[in-house]
Amino acid sequence: MTIRDVAELLEAEVLCCEDALDTVVANACGSDMMSDVLAFVKDQTALLTGLVNPQVVRTAMMVDMRCIVFVRGKNPTPEMIELAEENHIVLLSTKVRMYEACGRLYVNHLSGGE
Amino acid sequence: MSDVLRFHYDIDGENFTSAGEASVQVKKKLRQLGFPPDVIRRVSIAMYEGEINMVIHARGGDADVLVHPDRIEIILEDQGPGIADVELAMQEGYSTAPDSVRSLGFGAGMGLPNMKRYTEEMTIESTVGVGTKITMVVNVQ
Repeated sequence: MTIRDVAELLEAEVLCCEDALDTVVANACGSDMMSDVLAFVKDQTALLTGLVNPQVVRTAMMVDMRCIVFVRGKNPTPEMIELAEENHIVLLSTKVRMYEACGRLYVNHLSGGE
Repeated sequence: MSDVLRFHYDIDGENFTSAGEASVQVKKKLRQLGFPPDVIRRVSIAMYEGEINMVIHARGGDADVLVHPDRIEIILEDQGPGIADVELAMQEGYSTAPDSVRSLGFGAGMGLPNMKRYTEEMTIESTVGVGTKITMVVNVQ
């Protein structure tokens, strides 16, 4: 699955780094708690979250994620978009809620890793 | 053995938004120096959690990263309130962070355990009312 596929499955808007939409997403995780992401991450490519602050982008940077999906209609600030652009991280925004967003990806064979 | 690189950063304690900038810089430097991705990730996560802690609890502080050929040492020092019970603070889930921090995705009592999880050595020297010094070592395999 690519980031483009993730965007289509979640009917998401692409907010930056459209040139990286063909990046392969090996697996993903969903969390609003950044310390949990830092504790349990294992080469996940995409993060689904309902949290909106610059530390979400920085957390993704620390664990080498390539894509952040903001669920339930949340939109990142211009500052966050700028930070993501500088670091080549695709930002997506979907109206779908966290549980369903994870479910749609999971049934399409995107696992959580391990 | 003299080829040790030292990087110093002032961690701004007033600004949660900029917390993590030093860790990002370290990550970039280690990448330029050609360290393995796993080592870079472990150093960045440990330092990032430390940086967040310094901003949340201690109004910032100093971070020094010493890059040896075989290991990377991270030294974080602050003049914050200190840690009264280090053993308790190391327990996953124990936190003294305010709720406002939890709404930002941190403060769930995972910071110190995460720092330990990703480093080979971690020592905490802390005096209540004086400050805290944390030294972490990540070995280069």
